[in-house]
Amino acid sequence: MIQSIPATPRTVPPEADAGDRQAHVACQDFSFYYGDNQAVKNVTLDFPSYQVTAIIGPSGCGKSTLLRSINRMNDLIPGSRTSGKMLFDGQEIYGPRLDVVTLRRRIGMVFQKPNPFPKSILNNIAYGRRLHDRLDKGELMATVETSLKRAGLWDEVKDRLEDNALSLSGGQQQRLCIARALAVDPEILLMDEPTSALDPRATARIEDLIAELRGRYTIIIVTHNMQQAARVSDFTAFLYEGNLIEYGQTARMFTKPSEKRTEDYMTGRFG
Amino acid sequence: MDLQARKLFDRSLTGVSIMAVILMVLALLVLLTPIFSRGLGAFFFSGTSEFRRLSLEQFNRGNAQAVAAESRAVTEARRPVFAMLAAFEEELDGLDANRRRELRTQLKEITGLLRELLGPLPGELDAVMLRQQYGQTRWDRAMVKLRRILFSEQWDHSDPNRMGKKVLVSRRQSFAGTRLEALFPYLEKNLGRMLQPRFTFYWRFLTDKSLDSHFFGGIWPEVLGTIYLTLGAMLLAIPFGIIAAIYLSEFAAGGRLVSLLRVCISTLAGVPSIVFGLFGLAFFINTLRLSSSKSVLAGSATLALLILPTIIRASEEALKAVPRAYKEAALSLGASPLRMVLTVLLPAALPGILTGIIISMGRAAGETAPIIFTAAVSVGQPLKLWETLSQPTPALPWNIYNLATEHQAVDEIRHVQFGMVLTLVLLVLLLNLAAILIRARISKKMRG
Repeated sequence: MIQSIPATPRTVPPEADAGDRQAHVACQDFSFYYGDNQAVKNVTLDFPSYQVTAIIGPSGCGKSTLLRSINRMNDLIPGSRTSGKMLFDGQEIYGPRLDVVTLRRRIGMVFQKPNPFPKSILNNIAYGRRLHDRLDKGELMATVETSLKRAGLWDEVKDRLEDNALSLSGGQQQRLCIARALAVDPEILLMDEPTSALDPRATARIEDLIAELRGRYTIIIVTHNMQQAARVSDFTAFLYEGNLIEYGQTARMFTKPSEKRTEDYMTGRFG
Repeated sequence: MDLQARKLFDRSLTGVSIMAVILMVLALLVLLTPIFSRGLGAFFFSGTSEFRRLSLEQFNRGNAQAVAAESRAVTEARRPVFAMLAAFEEELDGLDANRRRELRTQLKEITGLLRELLGPLPGELDAVMLRQQYGQTRWDRAMVKLRRILFSEQWDHSDPNRMGKKVLVSRRQSFAGTRLEALFPYLEKNLGRMLQPRFTFYWRFLTDKSLDSHFFGGIWPEVLGTIYLTLGAMLLAIPFGIIAAIYLSEFAAGGRLVSLLRVCISTLAGVPSIVFGLFGLAFFINTLRLSSSKSVLAGSATLALLILPTIIRASEEALKAVPRAYKEAALSLGASPLRMVLTVLLPAALPGILTGIIISMGRAAGETAPIIFTAAVSVGQPLKLWETLSQPTPALPWNIYNLATEHQAVDEIRHVQFGMVLTLVLLVLLLNLAAILIRARISKKMRG
């Protein structure tokens, strides 16, 4: 079932202590096209497990496209295609034998704008679990509680689980979306600018949450906000016009970028 | 444009809009007032003793003893009328030839009218047709008959340059000096005693079958037929329509074939309904042989075709309007496209889909042309559910047309026709109201 691929040289960032970590997701010479437009250009990159990796870059640099390629959300776009390889646990994500449904269950996603379903809080969390397993009420409630606790929302909503999710504030809605993604027990969490629609306080809560989730999930976060990348991530990848310019440990990237363009971007000279 | 001119322009625009709204409300009132006032006449009217006798004998309804007592009183009141008739017939032979001929013709007319007014004359054999077995059941109709007995219509052709003029001639004068002269004042004064008019609320008009092609009874076969046809059409059109809409909005790649398909659907929405009717006859009955002749099934299928484009287009718009974010959220949690459609897309699009269904339901209930050739008959019994597969049915829209144009006694049953119009309008309004309430509830639930 699992498509085995020949051992390939990994491009783990040089500073990472690679010891017990394996690359859950890896791109090898990966490109993504919208029709004739190559949005992601020959990117080779390993995302270290159980760490937070931030993808930064100016608008239209292909960072969201790269992120959405990982759980194949771009499949919905007509006329799109890929080349190169994108691997998840050694399995080719764009291989012919991959089951997209299973892939997406194992790779959760949080979107730019909070997008809870117009259902009750309970049903929002339960939605993903119900898709995959037949659970009795007790198991379901346990899942709901665990997920909401993990997303730091339990204390705020435990008495109103039957309320419509749309009655929550923006920040609460986004944490609900995180809880909803966690409920199906994914290994990887993709976050596509998760705080861009939120106010500073809600943003701070999400960032704290990311710190708490670190170590339990592999988190890949796309962000516009340089400070956010510096605060939450262990590794940072800088994309520019579809090319991976630089990739390394966040601490180093933000103090001693080795590429001129990275430095220019970080100091606000463009972007 | 300076400030004054712009203000003036704004104000005139507001004025025009208000005018348009007022005009629409007025038009609605002008339309609905007669429908209600005249339609209610089928339910609320002054019923005569004949109505109560008919109810007892035909529908086994009412108090038999009371009706018998009333019958005796009525017979008593009518006795002088028949006595006068008999006396005059003896007298007639003694008159001179010219007068005799004239009065005999009139007498024939009067006897006929009396028969219509009061029912069969004493000693006459039971008539075959039900309408000949009973007099006027409604007081308003009885008054019309009375007028025709009191006055004969004659045409004044004295001026050859102008059209003939209708003049009413009092029969009392025509019969002056005869023994029948007293009949007319007696009828005028005692008709109330002869027919005993009483206020009647005939709500069973809705649920009674019709007797002697709508001379008496209610409109249940038509109401039931309309319900069958409408529900059948919805049953066929809703699943196909929604599935087609899901395909068009979610799964169809934007190729040329799909655009062509959309154009076809739009065109289908503009095809005149009579064409659908003929197509239904040609395809469902003659080609597919759904039934050997007209049937509710064939009619429902034809109506379903008629409303399919509306449902498809409304549903497609509703599905397209569902935020992409919902779909992405479902897919990112590992929902298959089908599960995503069923659990997220359809519920979110439901209010919009229901709007399309509401509109087309009203249309299916009221359409006449598509069912003329495929389902409708002018007289029929209420059908059992399984009979709808093979039997034709009367239906409100078709029978309104039929009663207004093709019935042998259009004037006698106007009240039935208006009752049908009112029922149809109310039926459609009720269906819409129910659907609107359901839609409001769903929308409210979704907004939280």
